[in-house]
Amino acid sequence: MLWLLLGLLLIAGSGIPGLFLPRDGQGGERIACGLLLTGVLICTWPLIGIFCGQSLLLDAHWAVPGGRFVLELDAISAAFVAPLLLVVATGACYSLGYWPQHRHPGNGRKLRLFYGLIAGAMLLLLTARNSLLFLLAWETMALSGYFLITTEDEKAEARRAGYIYLIATHSGTLALFGLFALLAPGGGSGIWPAAGSLPAAGSAVFLLALFGFGMKAGLMPLHVWLPGAHAAAPSHASALLSGVMIKTGIYGLVRLTSFFAAIPPWWGWTVLLLGAVSGILGVALALAQHDIKRLLAYHSVENIGIIALGLGLALLGRSYGQPELVLLGLSGCLLHVANHGLFKSLLFLGAGSMIHATGSREIGHFGGLLGRQRWTGLLFLGGAVAISGLPPFNGFVSEWLIYLGAFQTLAVSGSPLPGALFAAPALALIGGLALACFVKVFGLSFLGTARSEAAAHAQEAPPVMLWPMALLLLACAGIGLLPGSLRPLLERAAQAWTGALPLPPLAPQLAPLTVIGGAGWLLVALLLLVGWWLRRRSAAAPRQCGTWGCGYPLSTPRMQYSASSFADGLVRLFRFVLGSERHGGRVAGLFPERAELAGHTPDPVLDRGLTPLFSGLARLLYRLRRGIQNGLVASYLFYIALTVVVLLTLLSR
Amino acid sequence: MIGRILLQLAILLLFAPLLLGVITKTKALFAGRVGPPLLQPYFDLFRLWRKGFVISRTTTWVFLAGPVVGLVVPLLAAMLIPFGGLGAPISFSGDLILFVYLFGLARFFTAAAALDTGSSFEGMGAAREVTFACLAEPTVLFALLVLARGAGSLALGDLLGPQLAAQWHGNGGASLGLILVCLFVVLLVENSRIPFDDPNTHLELTMIHEVMVLDHSGPAFGMILYGAAMKLLVLGALLVRVALPVQTGSLLLDLLVFLAGLLGLAVLIGVVESTMARLKLPRVPQVLVGTTLLSIFALVLVLR
Repeated sequence: MLWLLLGLLLIAGSGIPGLFLPRDGQGGERIACGLLLTGVLICTWPLIGIFCGQSLLLDAHWAVPGGRFVLELDAISAAFVAPLLLVVATGACYSLGYWPQHRHPGNGRKLRLFYGLIAGAMLLLLTARNSLLFLLAWETMALSGYFLITTEDEKAEARRAGYIYLIATHSGTLALFGLFALLAPGGGSGIWPAAGSLPAAGSAVFLLALFGFGMKAGLMPLHVWLPGAHAAAPSHASALLSGVMIKTGIYGLVRLTSFFAAIPPWWGWTVLLLGAVSGILGVALALAQHDIKRLLAYHSVENIGIIALGLGLALLGRSYGQPELVLLGLSGCLLHVANHGLFKSLLFLGAGSMIHATGSREIGHFGGLLGRQRWTGLLFLGGAVAISGLPPFNGFVSEWLIYLGAFQTLAVSGSPLPGALFAAPALALIGGLALACFVKVFGLSFLGTARSEAAAHAQEAPPVMLWPMALLLLACAGIGLLPGSLRPLLERAAQAWTGALPLPPLAPQLAPLTVIGGAGWLLVALLLLVGWWLRRRSAAAPRQCGTWGCGYPLSTPRMQYSASSFADGLVRLFRFVLGSERHGGRVAGLFPERAELAGHTPDPVLDRGLTPLFSGLARLLYRLRRGIQNGLVASYLFYIALTVVVLLTLLSR
Repeated sequence: MIGRILLQLAILLLFAPLLLGVITKTKALFAGRVGPPLLQPYFDLFRLWRKGFVISRTTTWVFLAGPVVGLVVPLLAAMLIPFGGLGAPISFSGDLILFVYLFGLARFFTAAAALDTGSSFEGMGAAREVTFACLAEPTVLFALLVLARGAGSLALGDLLGPQLAAQWHGNGGASLGLILVCLFVVLLVENSRIPFDDPNTHLELTMIHEVMVLDHSGPAFGMILYGAAMKLLVLGALLVRVALPVQTGSLLLDLLVFLAGLLGLAVLIGVVESTMARLKLPRVPQVLVGTTLLSIFALVLVLR
């Protein structure tokens, strides 16, 4: 455990030496990257121990009223820590090529300082077993996140995103203060109780947790800060924020629910419903976006929805006494946490490589990048297939476990539990929409012909950016092809979550993980075989002719299907919630003049709900204040007289 | 085990193009024509096999990955489906999700290959394909849930197993009837048949699948046609098994019933294609939402 603490300190402090080095030299960034990688390597050591079945605990004296300094690394924490370490390490290497100090002398040092700090804070948060320590790490993480989002603070967009993030995260933290005050476990010492040791809790505890942790996780109505924040941060920071930071909210929910012996059924139903809403609306909103980073950010909302579906099923399993459901739901939830961390980071890094090459975030400005960014394209394709939940990658395995969990409720009758069956078709709809969205992103960015001058002359990213992405894809494929190796960890995590309640093993008749891995291998082998044959057969084919334009010989890149036209059918179907705006697009007459079509999809909660609400509230309060503080001495004397009268009547009683 | 896999593969590989021939012949009979010979799809495949490629200069390797995935996926998916009374060669708990997602993989790469040409027509086809598939997917899941409830298992081999006959006679009969309708609609959508798509024309603005593969040629196009035929057989096998849950115990007899069922299905598709016009595109989502509701109803019936 001391190794973990040492690694944590190295990671958290990795950006500090750079502060004392010149603004435009390479020394600082290299030292930061080196320190961070060393820290990650040191932390990997205890993590391997967890995979081998150990559990690590550090209990030290702490001269703070909160009690003792307790850190513990168990299987649940490990499921969150493992992707964290990989994403942090790959992102740090990637930043050497993506955000070099000499090209960003103004903010490079700040970025590295807070990148290390947020990683260290998350590591502390995931292992803390003391409310005070947890909140300390939580706040450090939240504030470092703010500085990552506002890295480019000269841009108004980044400042606005940072501001919204700050408001959101602090409303969440406020709820968490309330939550831990209510919980006050262990006679006020702040040490967390063992799993399953507390009696059932009141609804206030759950609602506060859902608000505080759900805000960080980005569950649907609370996701308002997420799209702007992930779009504004540099790509490797977005990868960390989206791939790992939002999962701390899920971690909080998982950890909190583990404390209680009995779970009221409505907790599970609420999480399940919010998961379905987040999943479907998140991906529908993603489909309507044209900015690649905003699009990926909305996919985080979707994936958090899938994770919540798994958690909801596991909670229902505990309420209704279905150990198989608990096991499958929680395994799916935790595995999807790790998987989403891997493929979402990969996609953000890939998007960063495209932005690096073309200088734009608009999908409409890319096109035909695969010809010039061969490796980025291949790696991004892998990530796109993985996030769409398709075999043989890891996204399929975790979604499959959640499906199995949902199907598990079929065997039950005579309770409301079979209602949870609807998680399965919801997941299918989410999967279909995600597939449509990633066909759009990959097809329009990398395939076809270049849509802009910059895309036509794009350069491949340097190896220092490609290798981290390759490592992430390798991890995605590894989990997809060898899912059986994760079985012991998932079993132990589920056991740690339920405490004393005995769970069945994740046996082949419940979830044949090894067979799924075998099917993946078979698929890969067949694809390689047939692909190799077709490639050989077509090697001699001439490639000089143009695409068949149905008799029209003068096709231009602008005639290709665009991001809006591709998603138009589905966006129209969801228009009743998305409220997409369309301007123009109609042509009139036999010889129409030039016509333009522009589409924009605002966030339904932020742009249509909260912003008008709060600006209205601000206007109202401003008017009230103007009425009260009106500059007339007579009014002020009147207030004083009124106060005196009120005080007299109150005190003389 | 090995023998069974080989038998299943042989049926899949040899029988699939015949279904297309039967459909075409049925349509010709309805139109009062003689029509092409029954074995014309085989001749077409053979001809395409020997031809060279014409490849657009805008394309990359993804253009050829589409046909490859389109061919491999039905091969693998067929291993999970019992062909009539023959058990599925590979069967494990949860393989029904693998079955659905394998076809998702094929869709991803076919649509990506279409976008790779940079043609607006093929982009349009790809957009429509993924749009309609999204709406068909919940229907499939609901139908599978109904079957899983009846079988008490999550393996396709058991879902389509011998208990289906008893289920038709018992309480689940009405539900099975409903999902049969739903699965037939999904079959027509997934295999791009009238009334959702027209497999015969390439160049009208209303097409989906055919317009996606407009630029493919030679053996690659052959692989697409072959893959599509096998997909029709695999999805048809599911439908035939639900409709004809006959199980005599004799391998040969069961197989004959199954093959006859498939031919009957092909004739039925031919009849539908001859007697119906293609739906207006905005109607397609409405039909699919309708089948989703129908399948929810079927699920509620078995859950009560």
